Order: sequence, then structure tokens, then C-alpha cells
Amino acid sequence: MSARSSMHPVFMNIAVSMLAAFITGLLISGVKPVLLWTDALIYLLVIAISAFIIYASKKEHFLVPWRQVVQHKLGMVSLVFLLVYVFIGLIDSVHFRMPVSSQNTTEQVTETIYDGDVLSILDVVLTKIRTQDEKTYSAPFATHLFSKETIEHDDGSLTREYPRLKYAGSHLQDPENDLAGDIRSKSISGGIDGIIFWLVLSLIVILFVAHDRKENFFLTLKSFFVGSASRGGVPWALILFTVGFLCVLVGAMTELAPAYHVFGTDKVGQDVFYQTLKSIRTGLVIGTLTTLIMLPFAVLLGIMAGFLQGWVDDVIQYLYTTLSSIPGVLLIAAAVLMMQVYVANNPDLFETDSERADIRLFFLCVILGVTSWTGLCRMLRGEAMKLREVDYVQASQALGVSTFTIIWRHIQPNVMHIVLIAVVLDFSGLVLAEAVLSYVGVGVDPSMHSWGNLINGARLEMAREPLVWWSLLAAFIFMFVLVLSANLFSDAVRDAFDPRIRKQ
Amino acid sequence: MSDVLLEVKNLKTWFDTQAGKTTVVDDISFSIRKGETFALLGESGCGKSMTALSLMQLLPSQASHNISGEVIIDGQDLLTLPEAAMRNVRGNRIAMIFQEPMTSLNPVLTAGYQIEEVLQRHKDLKGAAAKARVVELLEAVGIPDPKQRMNEYPHQLSGGMKQRIMIAIALAGEPDLLIADEPTTALDVTIQAQVLDLLKDLQKKTGMAVLMITHDLAVVSEMVDHVAVMYAGQIVEVADRDRFFSNPQHPYSQKLFEALPTMSKRDEALATIPGTVPSLDQTFTQCRFASRCQYAWDDCRDQVPSLKMHEQEHSVRCLLYEEGAPKRKLHSEIPVLQKRTLQNDSNEILLNVENLKIHFPIHKGLLKRVAGYVYAVDDVSISVNKGRTLALVGESGCGKTTLGKGILQLIKPTSGNVKFRETELTTLNRKALRARRKDFQIIFQDPFSSMNPRMMVGDIIEEGMIAQNIGDNAADREKIVSDLLAQVGLSPEHRNRYPHEFSGGQRQRICVARALAVNPQLIVCDEPTSALDVSVQAQILNLLKELQHEFGLTYLFITHNISVVAYLADEVAVMYLGRIVEKGLVEDVLENPQHPYTQALLSAVPVIDKATKQEVLKLEGDPPSPINPPQGCYFHPRCSQVMEKCKTQYPETTRISDTHTINCFLQTQT
Repeated sequence: MSARSSMHPVFMNIAVSMLAAFITGLLISGVKPVLLWTDALIYLLVIAISAFIIYASKKEHFLVPWRQVVQHKLGMVSLVFLLVYVFIGLIDSVHFRMPVSSQNTTEQVTETIYDGDVLSILDVVLTKIRTQDEKTYSAPFATHLFSKETIEHDDGSLTREYPRLKYAGSHLQDPENDLAGDIRSKSISGGIDGIIFWLVLSLIVILFVAHDRKENFFLTLKSFFVGSASRGGVPWALILFTVGFLCVLVGAMTELAPAYHVFGTDKVGQDVFYQTLKSIRTGLVIGTLTTLIMLPFAVLLGIMAGFLQGWVDDVIQYLYTTLSSIPGVLLIAAAVLMMQVYVANNPDLFETDSERADIRLFFLCVILGVTSWTGLCRMLRGEAMKLREVDYVQASQALGVSTFTIIWRHIQPNVMHIVLIAVVLDFSGLVLAEAVLSYVGVGVDPSMHSWGNLINGARLEMAREPLVWWSLLAAFIFMFVLVLSANLFSDAVRDAFDPRIRKQ
Repeated sequence: MSDVLLEVKNLKTWFDTQAGKTTVVDDISFSIRKGETFALLGESGCGKSMTALSLMQLLPSQASHNISGEVIIDGQDLLTLPEAAMRNVRGNRIAMIFQEPMTSLNPVLTAGYQIEEVLQRHKDLKGAAAKARVVELLEAVGIPDPKQRMNEYPHQLSGGMKQRIMIAIALAGEPDLLIADEPTTALDVTIQAQVLDLLKDLQKKTGMAVLMITHDLAVVSEMVDHVAVMYAGQIVEVADRDRFFSNPQHPYSQKLFEALPTMSKRDEALATIPGTVPSLDQTFTQCRFASRCQYAWDDCRDQVPSLKMHEQEHSVRCLLYEEGAPKRKLHSEIPVLQKRTLQNDSNEILLNVENLKIHFPIHKGLLKRVAGYVYAVDDVSISVNKGRTLALVGESGCGKTTLGKGILQLIKPTSGNVKFRETELTTLNRKALRARRKDFQIIFQDPFSSMNPRMMVGDIIEEGMIAQNIGDNAADREKIVSDLLAQVGLSPEHRNRYPHEFSGGQRQRICVARALAVNPQLIVCDEPTSALDVSVQAQILNLLKELQHEFGLTYLFITHNISVVAYLADEVAVMYLGRIVEKGLVEDVLENPQHPYTQALLSAVPVIDKATKQEVLKLEGDPPSPINPPQGCYFHPRCSQVMEKCKTQYPETTRISDTHTINCFLQTQT
């Protein structure tokens, strides 16, 4: 047990020191950190979740269902996928501005001028695909543009043909014949890199588990494959295979993506793969921050209405019945348009385009949060009403415990499972809502990468012949994987937490 | 024997769990003759319901294939039958009624339709013929107005009525064997008497056999011909009724008798069985009862006893009756006497309730106008002296729990006074009341819902102390908590555990400790033992009595269990429909009941000793609704001695003796 508890600090220390090293590295290189509104909230969320984990790790009644979640096979596989998304989202949430190389040193005060583009760590990692813009549409793994252009040859003759792409496949002498072979060899070498990385990672994991169980290395390895699933343990083998699959995929991508446009390019020649990766953060922000904004309303008002009854209940009920009678899309559209006007009228408040786009995303989260708390609030009101008649609450009243303490100590912990289930179930719905809203035009800023914008952009090309299908497909694949794994994971969480489903 | 209807041989049922194989029914054999009533008697978790479900092959899916043995009815082994054939047996040859009539009927179908379904399935009756048979059946189970009732939905019927419908459904297939799984446990005594009577009657008429599953010795005594006592998945004793009740042989059976509270045991502690039932996921190499048995010796711990017949018609699974067992006195000594001193007979009135009324408004319509009231507690006056126990007796829905909560100001009374010592509680403001709360506490019926499952036991007990500023600091409080846990018979290490790790009896002890933590003078005990088994009930009653002795506590004991009243209470108040109808010393009321309702209630209580059994004064119908109480005396529509006067005015309180009062015109006349 002591080994288990000592494990978390080790991990956390490593994470913290890595983060610190990175930030100092950034500062030394002379960049200007930028804290966007949504970044701040994401950090807050990360801190809140860590605090909750530390709090919950001491509470037996929280650990029991979580242990069940950890043993859920499908749940753990989807958790691996979710964590990859979260990782990408997080490194895309550390923003800064690069110094422009030409510094204005003529004046006495050396004032560094920063680039207008706000970049994130993800942008830096993906510099190559971010900057390799083609002229216009190109299909996935294409070496030539999608449409014919008139090209002037050296001899002055004009021909209409598909021109070679500026970056993708530019290293190939004879794209017709070499393309397939090059893709294959790059995938294989990337895949092998991935496998090597995976083997190292697995070794570390097995060593950690072995240390934790105070077991021999081989014994642990054996237990992963033999009977671990049937004995109801953590499905380590399955988790490692999923990680392995992802490692191979990522390895292949790191070789392929800089050389080709894996998901093609869009109208202005931007790499679609880069856009979908950037969209991850937008989706996650919508899915999580909205919940963060909605939770205080739902929990506080719901419990108050259910427990205090009387006029408090009446007021809160009227509030949420009114709110839920207003069509949500209209409210969102109105609020977003108002926001747009405000941003347009106050251009000096925002230094960069990114900040402008970000404030709109933030505002979208707020308005989605404000309109979506009623469902959970209603559920919590009912539960609180039920709980206030429960014997242990009555016993506390008989002991003279104050109302606030009763709510905090008896009601709140006993409705938390509902909150948790609602949060994970809402997540995927919100990610999809973003896509729909952006499609309608009241979603995130058009300059911000999001799946909704990708789909919206692709919409216009659906009527084209030949069809431009890759933007839509890329957005669909990434969104599908996220939503599916979020749904599967939330099923696992619900199975573990819902007392009606929970088996003894 | 040709008259054997059902023969069960070596029945075994087990669950495959993560911990291994849990054998819930272990090698059970018994036989039921045609027309007889056979009882499986045992405490909760002993496997009696599982036995019944195994016979019907209605086991939960995890165990549905884990049955071995034989269940022979008419030479046919049911366990070899495929599911399709089994469906013809269920309802047709063997029918079953369950404990909870509220959930056994489908709420969206009419009562008549649910009976018709069985007729159609097993008797091929349809249309008018089926309808006619439904009416017949409803008449047979004593439902008035069957033509109208058959079109009613379950929510329109009372609990007793629903159980009658269940019986009618069971009878529809004209079964040879009726399995009744705790058929009256959820019902009130007077309704229980009606239902038991009905079962006996029907059995006489139809000649079916009944397998009765129950934990209630008294019901067994009244109903059955043969008894099998179950313990930890096995039958430990089988005998016919008379032999069993005159001479129970297994130490466990003996303990069950000794643990029953009665009037004559008032001055003694009740016998309890130490320890808990062993978990069934192990392979036993010893007698399952050995660790809890006062007679156990070395042999009991090395060998597994088998069920053997030592006397005619009386088998027992115990080494004591084997050849070569050490000679022992086979009836235990009456446990250590704890003579109660009479010091608690003080004259100080601790609690005085005058004309207390608690009416709940019923809101109707869009504007939530008050359309009427539920007269839950209607003009009740009681008083309790310090150090004494007042029992509040009544059937469910009579308002006794509401009265208890009203006294504690957990429900705001509509009018009337509650005086605790010199303080009037109804007019105290919130803050003053909160501070006063340490003087009066409550213990609830259900030990599973009375503790927050998310808190540790120590925190649960400490909660009231923090709220009432008892104990100077955390260390001080921790010490008090440890002392309290020791006092209620738990160990101080239990402080860091969660409620779900404890059994029902242990949980109830923790609730007692929580109440004691604030040093109360009055404790309202709201049916604290009705969810517990007899042997555990005995432990809690002993504990309550000890604590009263030690701290001079005053109890307001709310219960429907007359034998607990006889054992524990000094005074009794009988409640009917929100009003007290009779009140007096326990001897006055129990031995010389004057109110017709009290008389009927007491006569309905099943007793073990047939000799002392009075004839049941049948109460017809169900208690009226407190929303719309009858004119005049509330009891008059069901009273056998009703007079003209009763129909128009409510009788005043009449004093019969110094200690005994009743509200009835019968007494004012003489």
C-alpha cells in the first residue's frame, strides 16, 4: 500500500520538473508567454482535477467505484485514446509569442518586438507541417495539386497540367513510380521507431507495476497475460496493446506528415492534418470548460432547491423552467453575435487575432454553460429532495447540526456520483454541439481551427466534381474517435457509479 | 409413503463469486405430504428463500445452472425438466406468493387481468368464463365486491387486499403446493391475522400443501404441521409442530426461543447468540454453529454433524445427540439475571405532550390551494416520567412515527404543546432549539439508511458532539467515541470503518452510540428492532435496557411488536388513526385491554403457546384513511360493539383506574 501511495508523488515530481524545465527553456529563448482566457481556465481545471484526485484517493467510497472503472476493459482502452487527446490539447494550451528576429536596437531601450502570431508548444512541434502551405487543394498523399493550372515552361510553351506541390513529395524524383514505395518505407521505418518507443515504455510500466506489487519482473509480465482479466485486475495487456497501436500510428505519422499532406490540404493550401490536430483543443475546451462553468450553477442551485424547499425552491424552479423554455440555439446566437460586435468595437482590448478568437471561444463556453445547467440542476433537486427525508439527514437534524453542514457533509457527497455521470455524458454532446454551432455560423471564430469550421469549410466543396472529401473525413475521424471513446469511458464510469446498476 | 407430494433430496445451490463458490443451499432434503403445511424457519441469510427459488427454478441468473440434487413431485424430477416444461409446473403445480405485495403486482394492469393471465395460461379459460372464475377466486380470498374490485389497479387496493390478490393469482392455477415466502411479514398484525386465517381456510377447502417460509416462530406455531429449522444453508432440525415447540433440540433452535421477548422475561436479559453466521464461501470441516454454541466441545470443531433422526419424527443435526456425547444439561440456564432496581420510578415528568396536532396540508390545482389535510396526529396528549419507557403501539399509518418526529420538532406541529422538563419546545427559535437538541435523540428503524454511507463510523458518532460542542478538542472527542463504541459492544478500532462493513445489528448499535454521544435524556426509538432478526433484536433490546439502567434514560418506544412492548415498556399508549385510544401501565393494557381496538389488536398477535391463545377477534376491513377520518369515534366502522352514539361523537377520555385511561363509550356507560 505504501508503495502505491508513493507512486503518485514520483510521477507528479517528474511531471512538475519537466514542466518547469520546459518553461524556463522557453523563457531563456526569449519568448513572451501569453495567457489566453481559456488557457487560464484549463490550468484551473487541471489543478481542480488534481486536487480532486488527491482528495478522492483518501476516500474509500470513491476508490471502490474507480477500481471498478480501472478494471473495465473497454473503458481503459478508451481512456488511453482520451489521454492522447488530452495530451495534445494540453500542449496546445501553452501559448507564447516568438520574438521577431529584427530587433529595434536603434533606441536606447532595447524593446523586443514579438511576432503577431500566438503559438503553442504543439505549433512548435508541428512547425514543418504548419508552415508547408501549398497553393490550394491537394488530396491526401498527393504530389500534385488537385486542379489543373496553366504552367509556363522554360521554352515559353504553356500547358495545362497538375503542377507539382511545393513541399509534399518534393524529394521524389519520379513521383509516379516512387510514391508508393516511399510511403511504404517511411511508414515502416516510422512504425519501427514507434515499436521501439513502445517497448521502452512497456518496460518502464512493467517495472513500475512490479515494484508496486513487490514482485519479480517476469512474474508481473506473466500476470499481465495470464488470467489478469478473468481475475478482475487491471487489463494491463490490453492497455499496453492499445498504447502499442497508437505508438506505431504516431511513429508512422512523424515520418509521413512532414513529407506529405497526410489528410491533404484545404482551399488555401493549409495542411488538414495540422488543422484537425489543432481542433482537438477547441473540442476539449468546449467539452470541459462548459461543464466547469455549468457545474456551480447546477450543483449549488439544485441542492439548494431540493433541500431548502419553500420560496428558494420556487425561485430556482421558475428560473430554470424559464431558461429551459428559451430555444438554446437562439440564445447562443444572440449572445455570440453581441460578443462579435463588442470585439469589433473594442479592437484595442486584444493584442492579437488569437486573443480575439479565444475570447469568442470562451464566451461560447460560458453561454453554453449557462444554457445547459438546467437538466443536471433538475436531477440534483430531485435527489436532494429524496435525501432530505433520509434517516441519516433527519438524525443530523435531531443532533442539531446546522443546515450548511448537513448540505456539505451529507447531501453533497451523496449526489456526486450523479454529477460525475452527467459530466462525462455531457462531454461528448458538447463536442458535437460545437461542430453543429460552428456549422450554423454561431460557433467559434472562423479563424480558429475547429472541427465545426473544418466541416463548414468542406461543406462548400461537397458539390464539387471531383469531390473534395478529405477535410470532412479528417474532421469526422478525429471527432468520431474522441466522442466514441468519451462515450465508452462514460459508460464505464456510469456502470461503476450508478447505484442502480452497481453490483455488490 | 404414497401421500408424499414433494420430495427434495440433497438440494444444493451455489453462486460462483470472485471469492469462490458460495453454497447458499447446502444438501437439503425434506418432504411435504399432501395437504400439510411445512415451514422453513430461519433468520435472514440462512438460505430459506433460496431453497424456495431453487424449487421453482427461479434463481438469479448467476446461479441458474448451479443446482444439484432432486426435487420430485409426482415421480417427476423438476430439476431435469427443460425451461418450457417448467413453465407448466410453475403456477399450475406449484404456485408462489412473495413477501412484498406492493411490488409483486404490476401497477399498470388491473387486478382482475393479472389473475386472468394465469387462468388463460394454465386453465385455457378465456372471456366470460375466465371473468366468472376471477370473481369466484376473489370471493374465495375474501375480497368484498369482487365484480368491481377486479377492475381496479393495484394502487387502489390496500396492502392486505393486494396480498389477497396475490393469493388469488396463486390459487388460479389450482396448485398442489403453494410456496408462501414470508407472506405476512410486510403486513400489520390485524391484517396478518386475516391473511393467515384465509390461508388456513383455503388449505382446508382445496387440500393443497403449503410450504411456508418465515422467520416468525409464532406464525409457525399457529400455522404449520411440520417445521424445518435452517441455519447457514442447512437444515439443522426437522420435527412436527408439537414435538418442536415442546422440545426444541438443536442449540440454535433453543436459542431462538430464548431470544424472544415476553412479559415473563421482563426482569432478565434476553438470550443472545454471540458472533455471526459464518460466511458460506468456505468448505466446512466443523459444525457450522460450533463457534456460537455454548455446548460446543472439541468434537464439534473437528467433524461435520449430519442430520439424524434420534426420536420419532424429530431429526437434528447436532453431535450432542450422537452416541458418546458428553452428558450435558440440554437446556441452557436462564441467562444472568439483571434484576432491575426500582430506582427509576421517579415522579419527575420529563416529557409532557398536550393536545398535539400534526396535520399535513394537501395541495391541489394550479395555485396549490389547500384542498384538505392528512390528520396524521390528531389531538394527542401523553407524558413520560424520567427513567421510564413509554411504548407507542399501533398499526402502520396510525401516525406513531409522525408523533415521534413531532415531539422532537423534526416535523413542525400544527398546534399543541410539547414540554420537555420546563421548556416548551414548540415555541423555541431555531438556535435555541438546536442547542436543546442534545437532550432528546432518535434511533431509526432501518439501520441501513440511518447512516451516511460516505462517512466513517467515528465521524458519524462525532458529528453530534461537534454540533453540540461536546468535548474540548479532537483528541478528547476521539476518546469519547472510543468509550461509546465500547459501551455499545463494538471495538474502538471500528471507528475508521464505513457503515457498509457492518451487519444490521452492529449498525443499530452505532446508531445508539451516535444518539448517546450528546448525553440525551430522552431517546425516541422508532421501531429500532423491526428490521432485525430475533437473535439480533434480543441484543439490541438488552443493550437498550442496560443503558436505561445505567444512565436513567427515558425511552419513547414506537413499535408494532407487542412482545417487545411486553418485555421493555413500563407504560403503553395505543394509537389508532392519529389518536390515542387507550393508555396505561403495561400490565393494565396488555392484560386487561378495554378498548375494542386494543382487544382486537392483542388477540390478533400470533402466539407460540397454543393454550394461551385467545380467539382472534376479527377486524373487518382496513383502517380508514387519515385524510378523511370517519365521523364520531374513528374506530366505529370496524368495531364489533358499535353503538349509535359512536357514529356521531368522539368519546372523551375515561379513567378506569389511576393509571389506565381509554377513549370509548363502552366504559362511560358502565
